[in-house]
Amino acid sequence: MRIEARDIGRRLRDATPLLAEVTLTAPTGSTVGLLGPNGSGKSTLLRLLAGLDRPDDGRVLLDGADRRVLPRRQVARHVAVVSQHTPDDADMTVGDVVLLGRIPHRARLAPVTADDLRRSADALDRAGLGGWEDRSWTSLSGGERQRVAIARALVQEPDVLLLDEPTNHLDIRHRFALLEDLTRLPVTAVAALHDLDLAAQYCDEIVLLDAGRVVACGPPAAVLTADRVERVFGVTAEVGPDVTGRHRVALRAARPLTAGPTKTAGTG
Amino acid sequence: MKALVAAAVLVLSIAAAVTIGVADLSAADVLRTVAAHSGLPVAPLPPLADSIVWDLRMPRVLLAALVGAGLAVCGAVLQALTRNPLADPYLLGISAGASTGAVAVLVLGLGAGAVALSTGAFAGSVAAFAVALLLAGRRWTQPSRILLAGVATAQLFSAVTSLTMVAAASPDSTRSTLFWLLGSLTAASWQSVALCGAAGGVVLLVCWASAPALDAFSFGADVAESLGFAPGRVRALLFAATALLAAVLVAASGAIGFVGLTVPHLVRRLTGARHRTLLPLTALAGAILLVWADTLARTAFAPQELPVGVVTALLGVPVFALIFRGHGFHPEPPPSRGRGRTVRDPAGKTSGYPQSGAVHRPVSESELLR
Repeated sequence: MRIEARDIGRRLRDATPLLAEVTLTAPTGSTVGLLGPNGSGKSTLLRLLAGLDRPDDGRVLLDGADRRVLPRRQVARHVAVVSQHTPDDADMTVGDVVLLGRIPHRARLAPVTADDLRRSADALDRAGLGGWEDRSWTSLSGGERQRVAIARALVQEPDVLLLDEPTNHLDIRHRFALLEDLTRLPVTAVAALHDLDLAAQYCDEIVLLDAGRVVACGPPAAVLTADRVERVFGVTAEVGPDVTGRHRVALRAARPLTAGPTKTAGTG
Repeated sequence: MKALVAAAVLVLSIAAAVTIGVADLSAADVLRTVAAHSGLPVAPLPPLADSIVWDLRMPRVLLAALVGAGLAVCGAVLQALTRNPLADPYLLGISAGASTGAVAVLVLGLGAGAVALSTGAFAGSVAAFAVALLLAGRRWTQPSRILLAGVATAQLFSAVTSLTMVAAASPDSTRSTLFWLLGSLTAASWQSVALCGAAGGVVLLVCWASAPALDAFSFGADVAESLGFAPGRVRALLFAATALLAAVLVAASGAIGFVGLTVPHLVRRLTGARHRTLLPLTALAGAILLVWADTLARTAFAPQELPVGVVTALLGVPVFALIFRGHGFHPEPPPSRGRGRTVRDPAGKTSGYPQSGAVHRPVSESELLR
């Protein structure tokens, strides 16, 4: 399934723009990385794509159909969302949390089926948390919660997976595992990411945001140039293909946060 | 399965509770009365005994069951909707409003009798709910806003109640008002049973049909929305349903505390958090609790009666404390206490977490009483 944003914009009530004229297309099966500094509009864009918030301008399309006219339940069978924040006090077991993902797939009054249980057990296995169904959610670490949240989204059997900083809290091994999964699974994934190198290696396309606008979009090698990384993130980087041919970004040094763009004599 | 056991316990509890009381009546007497009133060809008891069983005890025990079930279900639903473990049916100022309404009727002499009292209480709770919604304003769907608005409303209506009592009460009306404020089932009648039964039945069905939405809401409104629920619509429906039920119940029995707050937590520990099973079991557990609490209230110091709210609090707090001392809201397993086995996961990392299930292991009764 293809997900698109056409010229979408979102403003605060006092008209401060959060996002303006953003257009993005994630073709079926692709992995798209949203990159940008804090406050650049990544989360806002994901919430709009996920239907958790309504755009002030423009439209979000699923396979060409405006998502606002599609029934919620039908959308939920195709689009899953992993939010940046999970509740830290839910009095639920890990199994309960993962089973939430099966809700859109059964009749409203129907009980949990053996098939639902099997699918959630599989999803937990894939997340490296096999047999954790009866553990309490509150006893998990941040990374374990993140993995459960992703398992919850995957049992929803989505065609489109929207993830807001899914690698937060994850250890290095699980970061790679997650991105491997996203590229391997036949799912269209749009993920807000902070790790430029990881995004460069695994994403088919990068959408680079700054101050609520798209600065550049396209394949990693085209978007993540040293010049652009320096300009948007304020970090010096060396970029280029590695031995496998994948684009890589090696960060070198950050510009001082408070200094102006150029040094002037006499400030020391 | 658990629901069947709980239902059986409830039926037995009701049957037993009806035989307990100041007048010495046997189970056979009760059966005979029920049979006679069901139109079976049995000779009824003498009129006084018959009246005690059929007009006093039966409606009272049944009302206890219905009020207990209703309050517990309202509590479970509101806790999920607001994602606040402290939420209970009186959260939205409903009990405070009911008190104001009832006190207005009692003290100011607006109308007379039990019907006027219930009507006043119902009107008061609906008014309080409306004020709470008004205070919460346009963004009432944010859990913290509705909670704060409810607390403020409760304060306002309590103040009005106190003011009315101080300004216009006689010692007699103060006494009956106080009894009513603490919650009591003395006013039970077949009429109130029918009303609470109908309201409780409808609301329980509505909530049960929303069980998946409640599961999702327990994990956050965003997740609920991404799973295909319309959060605003679900919240509006369930808030309105529980507020109306709470108003009906408070009008019939006064503000019986603690059932709506504690029973859902206890049942959640025993059966898990899935509302499809949680709601019916919470209803049954609330019913059983209140049937016995009221039996205690009317017999412990007979012929004096305790307000049943006093009994629920006296019984409820220790049980609550035991459970939460044992498990806690955040069951971080304390390694020193050695509750769970230390397990070695496949990656070779030693984990201090208890083996699966240990954290949320249902509490056995003996453990609870130890």
